[in-house]
Amino acid sequence: MAEERKAGNAEKSAFVVSARKRLMQKGSKAAGEFLLLAIASFVAVVVLFIFYFVARDAVPFFELRGFREFFTSTDWYPADDPPTFGALSIIYGSLMVTLGSTLIAVPMGIVAAICLSDILPFSVRQYAKPVIEMLAAIPSVAYGFFALVVLAPLLQDHGGPILKWAWWIIAGPFLMLLVVVLADISSARVENQSFRERMNLVLTLVFGGLALGLLYFVGSFLGELQIMSGTNALNVSLILSFMALPTIVSVSEDALQAVGRDLREGSYALGATRAETIVKTILPAASSGILAASILGIMRALGETMVVWMASGNSAHLPEPWYNYLESVRTLTATIAGDMGEADQVTGSARYHVLFAMGLLLLGVSFICNLISERIVVRQRKILSGR
Amino acid sequence: MLPAARAAVPAIALDGSTTVGPIAKSFAAYFMKKYGVPVTVSESGSGNGAKSLINGSCTIATMSRAMKDKESAAARKKGFEPVSHVIALDGLAIVVYPGNPVSSLSRAQISAIYRGTIRNWRQVGGPDVPIVVIQRESNSGTQEAFKNLVIGKGVPISGRAETQSSNGAVKNRVSATPSAIGFLGLGYLDQSVKAVAVDGVVPSVKTVKNHTYPVTRPLFFYTAGQPSGYVQKFVELSDTAEGREIIKELGFISL
Repeated sequence: MAEERKAGNAEKSAFVVSARKRLMQKGSKAAGEFLLLAIASFVAVVVLFIFYFVARDAVPFFELRGFREFFTSTDWYPADDPPTFGALSIIYGSLMVTLGSTLIAVPMGIVAAICLSDILPFSVRQYAKPVIEMLAAIPSVAYGFFALVVLAPLLQDHGGPILKWAWWIIAGPFLMLLVVVLADISSARVENQSFRERMNLVLTLVFGGLALGLLYFVGSFLGELQIMSGTNALNVSLILSFMALPTIVSVSEDALQAVGRDLREGSYALGATRAETIVKTILPAASSGILAASILGIMRALGETMVVWMASGNSAHLPEPWYNYLESVRTLTATIAGDMGEADQVTGSARYHVLFAMGLLLLGVSFICNLISERIVVRQRKILSGR
Repeated sequence: MLPAARAAVPAIALDGSTTVGPIAKSFAAYFMKKYGVPVTVSESGSGNGAKSLINGSCTIATMSRAMKDKESAAARKKGFEPVSHVIALDGLAIVVYPGNPVSSLSRAQISAIYRGTIRNWRQVGGPDVPIVVIQRESNSGTQEAFKNLVIGKGVPISGRAETQSSNGAVKNRVSATPSAIGFLGLGYLDQSVKAVAVDGVVPSVKTVKNHTYPVTRPLFFYTAGQPSGYVQKFVELSDTAEGREIIKELGFISL
């Protein structure tokens, strides 16, 4: 009996924690939680502070000069007497290179992500993805140097032929696909099978001829182009698209992977081919993740400074015509970087505050884009979890 | 012995023009060897040099233009009078691609090119290609001097002009761009670009010295008040035989 009791006591005491120990445990738990909370809120506070300080120095500009000149005039002569602060052409320049790099990077990035996640064998993917992600590790000044010293002279000397080949390589396969699809659709309604096949052939030949003509016509037009200055919007768009690619590929690929085996196998079980599975099942399911990836990539292009500062030519004017990517442009980021040294923070002139106004504009745009991509990701998570 | 001596004398810090930079660096190397006084040289543009002098973060501001009234007023507010020392003369060479057939331009033509009224080389006797105009950032003393000497005050340079951030970058762009025009300090001139004659006068040491080349400007050292001690010795280097030799070697014109 006594022995049993003793054993019972020993068992009990293993679970009993002394009051002091319990207090210590509670205390360290509270301290740990507080520390984590402090670190997390510190990051949030830093963001708020950046907003506050940029806005604080941006507001005086609008008080001094109003909104109208900044957003509607293209006369950017901040150093003249009297100065003018028309930032329209600079804002336009930023939009132009961002749009240009988006048009190149997003289709390329999505295709590369699909290829990585669903087409390449696993062993190849293991090597390909780190290599693509390595693009992000190259410092932007190295990209800028490349753009200025290699790409700019190349565009000046062989710009026409380069554009021509790029057009053939990119538009060729795309038009070929379009011809086949168009011919199929137009001949699909014909009842008689042998007639339908013949009509399909004829239509393919006709459309193919038209497409070839278009390829040749546009190609020879591009081939004749003479690029006067290699430091232009096209150059910067190309380089920025390469800088945005790793973000887009990596995040899109994660989104495609997140779609999961069950959906893929369900699709195959219903008799879908791999192409149908990718286009009709996986892409729609991952669409919001891909959209978020694209927005992240766009933000990278919009905020990049060193490359545009070195390779865009920095001329503050609207290109003529407005879609001319072969003219040099000036962007918001490059203007802030280039004019900061001259801006007089002691006397707090409009010259100084206008740079903060530009910074606030950039901050606002990227903040909104980030919010949108955040919302999209949350929505996708909800859809995928079936709620 | 040497470290102690070095600690006793305050370092001389120079900041400012990228044009004056080579002179400042050579002077600094010579001066450190001769007197054992540490000299640091930064190149951040004439405007920044003036600002550094006013803020007290440098002892000598190197400038390729005279101080503006605003800047001298700011210095006076800080309690000192900026004193200018002309150390050398510099010609601004107007440069084009070596293969460009145009070899002479008038000041009016150059001005029209930079204001954007002449846009094609054909209009000044060259081939039928658009002109790529290259200028400097607004904090550049070279830019300021070019505007004053060629274009005239208060006339804006066309927004189409590309902007580069240093003499070297301008030379690089012009040497790689067949239709480009730019301007450089004479010291930066070499075989990779072609200097055009301005109003019929080819820029050279001789034409700058006898004032026939129209785009000539003085280069300055600015000090806070009259310099004394080592700073004075440094500023006066340009009057010594060794100083003149350095200036000449770098392609500038000594006084």
